[in-house]
Amino acid sequence: MSEPGTHYLNEGWTLRSWLLTTDHKRIAWMYFATITVFFFIGGLAALLIRLELLTPAGEMVESDTYNKLFSAHGIVMVWFFLVPSIPATMGNFLLPLMLGARDLAFPKLNLLSWYIFTLGGLFTMTAVIAGGVDTGWTFYTPYSTLFSNSAVVLAASGVFVVGFSSILTGLNFIVTTHKMRAPGLTWMRLPLFCWANYATSLIMILATPVLSMALLLIVLERVLGIGIFDPELGGDPLLFQHLFWFYSHPAVYIMILPGMGVVSEIITCFARRPIFGYTGMVISIMAIALFGFIVWGHHMFVAGQSLYAGILFSFFTFLVAVPSAIKTLNWTATLYGGRIRFTAPMIYGLSFLGLFTIGGLTGVILASLAVDIHLHDTYFVTAHFHYIMVGGMVTAYLGGLHFWWPKITGRMYSGPWSIVAALALFIGFNLTFFPQFLLGFLGMPRRYHAYPEEFQLLHVMSSLGAGVLAVGYLLPMVYFGWSLWRGKPAGDNPWDATGLEWQTSSPPPKHNFVDTPTVTTRPYDYV
Amino acid sequence: MSDGATIASHFEDAEQQREAGLMGMWLFLATELLLFAGLFGGFAIYRGLHGDAFAAAARHLDLPLATANTVILLTSGLSMALAERMAHAGAPQLARRWIAVTVALGASFLAIKGYEWHHEYSEGLMPLLGLAFEYDGPDAAQAHLFFDFYFAMTGLHALHMLIGLAALVLLWMLGRPRAGLQPDRYIRQVQITGMYWAFVDVVWVFVFTSLYLLRS
Amino acid sequence: MAEQAGYLDTVEQGLALHPEQAATSAAQVDLLFWVLVAVCVALVLTLFALVIGFSVRYRAGSRRPRPGAIAESLGRRIELGGAAGLTVAFLALFAWAGTLYLYLYRDPGGDMLTVNVVAKQWMWKLQHPNGAREINTLHVPTGQRVRLRMTSQDVIHSFYIPAFRLKRDAVPRLYTTAWFEASKPGEYHLFCAEYCGTDHSRMRGKVVVMTPEDYAAWAQKNGEGEGPAQAGERLFTAYGCSGCHRGRGTVPAPRLDGVAGRRVALAAGGTVLADAAYLRDSLLLPNKHVVAGYEPVMPSYQGQIPEDEILQIVTYLQSLEPGDWTVEPRR
Ligand code: HEA
Ligand code: HEA
Ligand code: HEC
Ligand code: CUA
Ligand SMILES: [Cu+2]
Repeated sequence: MSEPGTHYLNEGWTLRSWLLTTDHKRIAWMYFATITVFFFIGGLAALLIRLELLTPAGEMVESDTYNKLFSAHGIVMVWFFLVPSIPATMGNFLLPLMLGARDLAFPKLNLLSWYIFTLGGLFTMTAVIAGGVDTGWTFYTPYSTLFSNSAVVLAASGVFVVGFSSILTGLNFIVTTHKMRAPGLTWMRLPLFCWANYATSLIMILATPVLSMALLLIVLERVLGIGIFDPELGGDPLLFQHLFWFYSHPAVYIMILPGMGVVSEIITCFARRPIFGYTGMVISIMAIALFGFIVWGHHMFVAGQSLYAGILFSFFTFLVAVPSAIKTLNWTATLYGGRIRFTAPMIYGLSFLGLFTIGGLTGVILASLAVDIHLHDTYFVTAHFHYIMVGGMVTAYLGGLHFWWPKITGRMYSGPWSIVAALALFIGFNLTFFPQFLLGFLGMPRRYHAYPEEFQLLHVMSSLGAGVLAVGYLLPMVYFGWSLWRGKPAGDNPWDATGLEWQTSSPPPKHNFVDTPTVTTRPYDYV
Repeated sequence: MSDGATIASHFEDAEQQREAGLMGMWLFLATELLLFAGLFGGFAIYRGLHGDAFAAAARHLDLPLATANTVILLTSGLSMALAERMAHAGAPQLARRWIAVTVALGASFLAIKGYEWHHEYSEGLMPLLGLAFEYDGPDAAQAHLFFDFYFAMTGLHALHMLIGLAALVLLWMLGRPRAGLQPDRYIRQVQITGMYWAFVDVVWVFVFTSLYLLRS
Repeated sequence: MAEQAGYLDTVEQGLALHPEQAATSAAQVDLLFWVLVAVCVALVLTLFALVIGFSVRYRAGSRRPRPGAIAESLGRRIELGGAAGLTVAFLALFAWAGTLYLYLYRDPGGDMLTVNVVAKQWMWKLQHPNGAREINTLHVPTGQRVRLRMTSQDVIHSFYIPAFRLKRDAVPRLYTTAWFEASKPGEYHLFCAEYCGTDHSRMRGKVVVMTPEDYAAWAQKNGEGEGPAQAGERLFTAYGCSGCHRGRGTVPAPRLDGVAGRRVALAAGGTVLADAAYLRDSLLLPNKHVVAGYEPVMPSYQGQIPEDEILQIVTYLQSLEPGDWTVEPRR
């Protein structure tokens, strides 16, 4: 095969060898680069939002500008960062390795989906530059179709296009998981990271098309002037909300399941224990993915849907919280009797556990109909989803990066600095978003550019926290970059972890394994 | 999905590759189905809300032409099935001929559809692009909605037809008698395109039923 | 009239940690909220205690003996037990929340002070039964149930009074209702909670809760003589409805006194309850439900009557009792 010392990174150095690669590992890098850019763009918008909210009068930017800022923030963070985050980078890189395969089933499709992603990103960025979008990330009709004067068509098209990229990725992952597992790697021996990505992919291919259709209808309605959501024609503006949340509620599980997968790998590895209740974990992953499809109406409790529909949706929402609780319980129980090492990945893993639980439980508060009447569309909701999406998923994403960085690059990063960053993020995060729970309960509505004075103190705290977060997110960029050139060689298995990805060299060779590995044991064979 | 060699280097064997390809296509079609499902779901809701208005509007459509089109499209499904047969039987040239027939049928479908659209345009039933909507029955507003769905559904279907036709033409060209035509690879390609074509057929049957046949 | 020193004046600066409770429902919602918070805090603390406890006890350096793996059967029992316990707790909370939701959101019927609310970018237009109109301010008495009947003229808005724990979307084409009973005089925030464009954050106002006497005085002073029902009656003639429905016009049309709230038999078969939404549809989409025994000849008034006037006509129709009209329309 290849020369000793060659691996996927030094197989070729030309730009062409990157842009036309079909190697899943290089495609993962391309995604990583792209979504990092998007994360900082979204983060910049967040910082501007927080800056504006320092004072109640709303004097820093115009109200239209503010509306465009939070819309761009939400759209970019959700579709161009968080949805692809773990699947497109770590999933792409690791799924074949963990399955003992040489690549994903459809390598060219994989490359194509990156191009589609980037194309969609360009659309949306053009929209943001050419006048902005002011509909919020939810594109509610009839505001988005009949009233907004901003670049809705371009932005919605961008999201539409990106949808196909996630569909293709999902499809690729599912086929790969079904057809390309190494000999002996039965379903019940799959690492939970694979299960999580599998379930995520299912949601991607089942839910994304419906969102695509809803967005397509918005585009058609604006461009061609058809009137499906137009109340004047007897159209129903609420229909859009149903279509949107039919996708976007399952999509929130696209944005958390991969993180749960990562955390399962990290916690077992650094507690040096097999996962507690593997079967239960698998069942709950699949249960979350499937039951996630029948709760979308909990976003519409006050929107005018029938009261009984509301009751039903609330009921299912309570039930879908149970599998998440089982997972939390099992991670905790995995710690029992372990030999716990507090490396940076582990600190991220434990932060995830705490922050996700707070986010999840406040979700349950929101699901409690009577209370949601008060809390809906206030900062309580904002706090809820940032606790899950930032405190949970972004934390898991960073944890995963720290965990697999040695495998991906073959280099170690600075231990102490990485721990400082992890702690800064935990503290900064709570400072930013905890006050928002209070704000919400006090009645501060979302998407407000100016607000009554009595809310100022809490807003100032939140903005300070965002400053700490900014530092916390920049730090890893610095020491990761540094480690690329100066980091100590990591060795094939620096954490002494199980899993096929650790059996090949770091960085892995182009075709992943010199010989196809065979699996004989259950995962997480730690003692 | 393979590069040159019959078995792409990341697959273990041809069987694995074939199965992966088929499964990929099935999943893709499932997502396509859901794409249309969003539209059909919306249509069903409005049809329930404004039943009479929608039925009345449906009577403005050209049922005979659409019926003819349905027959044409189903026939093309048959010819495509024959193409697959031939490819399997090791007769790629015969397969190509049936593919040509399929292309011809598909193109006539689109031509007829285009004529129908033109007809609706000239009758002022095309509420797109700010065109005036001249509808003479009661409930013009709801009829407007009906025609919104009509154009969205038939338009999206036609787009899929176009993609299918492009794929067929490509197949036809790929199958030229020449050195290096890999029969088993060609079979796979014909099979996968055939699945897509069948899907387009099936969607049309639903479009036809909900738009043209629900008229009372 | 003396302005009360309201909540709004006292909290301008500083930090409130609990929103004012100014309606009867507020305490009920808060009770549920705090119970939920207590349950969540208990769960989170348990979790943190376990995580921190294990982390310290079983840190890599510690010498403590390590217990063997938990047996699979015991593990399964822990999982199932945890799941079952949580499910029961969740279901109890759900039942509570659901019941309260129905109580708060279902129109209790009966005699209430009904205020019509029409939202538009970016203001609230309100009209009291006695005709008093206000913009962005709502005056209400304590101790009396108030019903809001809301719709929107353009996009979706949401009527939010944090001190009442009350929120409801105002949706174009739809009538939504909400009710409350204010309990504490003062001034409270009124917010638009659904994003509605440029000045969403300035679509704010206040609710002034007054004692019944003060309210009566206020209403007396501000009533314009013509309430929404009277205005509706005037419009009913002005738009020519009465020509068919009350006069002896050329077309047969159903009489409308007492139709509101009744079940109406339809030409297409079946019946439908003549609620506000039905009455509104009858004006704008007359052929959606054709009354049994009549021809579908009523013209559509789509786009010809502004939203607040439609609401007035509906209010008028709803104010009619059977037999109010003495002239029989042609049958
Ligand atoms: C990744 C994203 C994500 C995830 C995973 C979730 C998960 C959940 N969400 Fe959230 N949600 C959002 C993102 C997410 N949400 C977003 C973006 C919005 C706003 C959208 C907008 O309007 O812009 C939103 C809004 C939202 C609402 C609507 C609020 C409103 O607008 O009025 C509701 C209401 O029911 C809700 C509920 C829930 C629930 C019950 C879960 C559950 O799945 C949570 C399950 C988890 C748990 C329950 C924790 C488990 C742990 C325990 C129970 C501890 C066990 C204890 C021991 C072991 C000791 N969410
Ligand atoms: C999915 C992921 C995601 C992520 C990661 C975040 C991250 C953050 N979010 Fe966001 N947020 C959403 C999703 C997300 N958000 C969504 C969906 C909405 C709803 C939108 C809507 O209403 O439509 C929302 C809304 C939202 C609001 C409410 C706005 C409003 O309702 O008026 C606020 C306010 O505080 C906020 C704050 C933040 C902050 C401080 C962060 C921080 O965690 C960000 C930290 C990152 C940084 C600080 C970047 C650091 C980088 C630099 C400093 C580099 C400078 C730049 C360059 C070199 C280019 N977010
Ligand atoms: C040309 C005559 C005509 C005019 C003008 C007219 N209507 Fe009607 N209306 C009818 C007829 C006929 C029906 C019964 C058939 C139907 O339901 O469409 C009817 C039905 C109704 C109904 C439903 C009654 C029921 O029993 O359920 C309401 C409410 C109504 N009209 C209100 C109005 C109002 C308000 C206006 C004016 C803004 C108006 N109509 C103007 C002819 C008319
Ligand atoms: Cu009106 Cu927001
Ligand atoms: Cu949800």
